[in-house]
Order: sequence, then structure tokens, then C-alpha cells
Amino acid sequence: MTRINVTVDGVSYSDEVEPRTLLVQYLRESLGKTGTVVGCDTSNCGACTVHLDGTSVKSCNVLAVQADGHEVTTIEGLATDGELHPVQQAFHECHALQCGYCTPGMIMQACDVLKHNPDPSEQEIREGLEGNLCRCTGYHNIVKAVQQAAGAMSSQAVSS
Amino acid sequence: MIPAQFDYVAPSSVEEAVAALAEHGDEAKVLAGGQSLLPILRMRLNAPSVVIDLGRIAELQGVSEEGDHLVIGAMTTYAALLDSEAVNTHAAVLNKAIHTVADPQIRHRGTIGGALVHADPAGDVGAPALALGAELVIAGPGGSTRTVAAEDFFEDLFTTAVGEGELLTQIRIPKHTGWGAHYEKFVRVSHQWSIVGVAATVRSEGGSIAEARVGLTNMGSTPLRAKAVEVALVGKPATDEAVREAVASVADGTNPPSDLNGDSDYRKHLATVLTRRAVLAAAGA
Repeated sequence: MTRINVTVDGVSYSDEVEPRTLLVQYLRESLGKTGTVVGCDTSNCGACTVHLDGTSVKSCNVLAVQADGHEVTTIEGLATDGELHPVQQAFHECHALQCGYCTPGMIMQACDVLKHNPDPSEQEIREGLEGNLCRCTGYHNIVKAVQQAAGAMSSQAVSS
Repeated sequence: MIPAQFDYVAPSSVEEAVAALAEHGDEAKVLAGGQSLLPILRMRLNAPSVVIDLGRIAELQGVSEEGDHLVIGAMTTYAALLDSEAVNTHAAVLNKAIHTVADPQIRHRGTIGGALVHADPAGDVGAPALALGAELVIAGPGGSTRTVAAEDFFEDLFTTAVGEGELLTQIRIPKHTGWGAHYEKFVRVSHQWSIVGVAATVRSEGGSIAEARVGLTNMGSTPLRAKAVEVALVGKPATDEAVREAVASVADGTNPPSDLNGDSDYRKHLATVLTRRAVLAAAGA
């Protein structure tokens, strides 16, 4: 067992983990953060995407021990004071989900896309979400939601 | 699935990492960005008893310039390389190839050194490393280092010049400042491994090709450099006709795989088409 100290959604944790524990497993099974899901188990689908020190990663492809000393944000840490994050709000309003299984990863990756490019074109959004698969093929509304979120976040930035 | 059990070592220097390799021998596997290794461990295609994580070694990170060379730490991520103005300016074909690797999340974690040592023939960084004449710095026991040319680095499928007890530490790339560049990758679906890829970088003079370098992805058990084509391109105008003729023999002597994505002959044909496109794009035509 190896001791890790990791901050997840703003809370510090110190735990003993087996080195082979995947980050997604640690999040779900040790911390109960089941909002992050396992989709494909082969690092293709992106459903397990979280932010590691503010950057999107596939948490099935990172060991929990590699997150030692780092900060993780999951889908459960996006909303603040009960207010949905603008990307979450836009997914809700644009009906950007069908079965919903890819949604946590889609939203986390969409946040990463908008962080690097606050005003992406449709093509840039599609390329930015290249590593996230929606088996319902509901990409159309997902792209619309990211566009709406981009608009909402830039007007929010202007008004503040 | 989850990996089989292993012990975890996270050295903080190259010296410590080499010592850990010496201690554990072939029981150990080196973890770089983990984007190929972790799927392999999860599927239990490999079950090392020790994993040596290079992620805490600061000296293996980053891009610097030393005279007419770029020096890239082996643990520099794809994302950091894409953000590097020096790479974009002096080794543009590497930048273009990395843009096509996997997807953003994988590029945030995956490293150039990990990819080179993993040496998957369908990986996208071997061909530009060959085209740019990269040199690979390898650390060994007792503080020793040696430098291997990219041409001698790739030995076979998933096999490189990095021997037991050794570690790739740096990639040194002669600056190709002002050279046009393109990476032409053929895939059927998004974020697929290359069916065939071609890295081309070209120095143009007055509308003609003064010098060209061409590397091939997935046209054999290792990435390949197309030297005969490089020679044939010298002095040619950057026109479709002239380049088509100069690259016609690009697949001669190659032995690409046959698989579900295409048979060997198909890949040979593809290589001529993609090389023409890559060279023309690199020449700005």
C-alpha cells in the first residue's frame, strides 16, 4: 500500500491505496464519487474524464498514486453553492444528453476546451471532444450546448 | 479490468531511476505518461512486479535550445510540445504530427519519450524524429550516457536501442528553422492509430525544393526514412506532376503489415499518395 494525499473537489484526502488502483476506481470506490463513470475501460471513450491540476485526463488511464500531491476536480465539484456550472446548465437547456452516460466526461472535456479557447468554432468543439464518445450519437446537441455555454461564460466574464 | 499487483517506485532523479532499474532488472516496467502502458497493464498483456514512475523527475521535463539544437526532455507531454513556440518554429513537422496523436486528454498525459521507447510502428512521433535527424540521449548505470541517432534507435516492433537498465532522457533535434512541414495521416475514424502516416519537411528556394526529409509511419516494423525520395525531390519544382514522379518509389523496399484496415499492397499505394500530399503541403503548394 502507498499513502497518497490528494485534493478532490476542494476537499483534502489522505488514503492508503494499492499502487495498481486507477484514479477512477479511487474516486468511485474509496471516495464514493460515482458521478465519474467508467465507460469503455480501454481509454477510448472519455466518460471518466476529470481535471488533474486543471487539465483534462482520462481517469481510467491514470493511477491514483500518480495523483499524489495533486488536485482533482470531478463532475461533482463543478457546481458552486448549488448553482450549476454554465456548461452543466447549457447541457440541461440544450437537451445535450440522451442516455446520459457520456455526459460527465463530455462536460469535463467541454470545460477544458473552453478554458483554452473561450470562443470555439463548431469544428474546434468537435475536435476538442474527439476523445469523448456518445453511443447515442447525440453530438449535435452536445455541440450546441458547448456553443451556448461559451456565450454564457463570455457574457458572465464581461458582466463581472 | 484493473492491473495485476505491482510495487510502485517514484524516483526524483535520473540517477535514482537508473538505480531502481538496476535493482529490479526485467521485473520492472518504466511508466512515462502511461497512456499506452496503463491500457496494457489493465488488459494484463504485461504484469511487471515493479513500476518505476518517471513523473516526479523534473530534469526530464521541458524544451530548451542549445545552439542549433532543440533539447526536449523525454517526459515532456504532447500538450507541452504543442504549446512550445520553439518546437513550432524549429521542428514544425513534429508539431504537425503531434496534433494528430489520439485526443486532447491523451495528449495532456502522453509523453514524447514514452512514445519513442514504446516504439509502436503506428505511433506518430517516430517518423518526424527520423525526418528531423533526431538524436536520442540514453542514460545508463554509473552516470553514463550515450547518444543514438534516430536511424539506429528503432530496432524492431516495440524494440529500441534502449537496453536493459537504461533510460531515454533527452531528444536532441537539429533546428530546421524556416522549413515547411506537414504530417499526412490516414485513418478511418477519429483518434485512430495511423493506417499510414507521412511526415515531410521541406526547405524551399524560389519555388523549388532545395532539401526534403520524409519519414513514414506504419510502413514496416519500425518507422522508416525515405532517403531515395528525399534525394529525388532535390531541385524539383513544387508541382503536383514533379512531386508525383519523385515520390512514386516511396514504398520500394518497405514491408508494411496487412490487417483489418488494409493489406500490405494497399498501404504501399497509400504511402505514395500520402507522401505526395505531405510534400506538396510542406512545400506550400
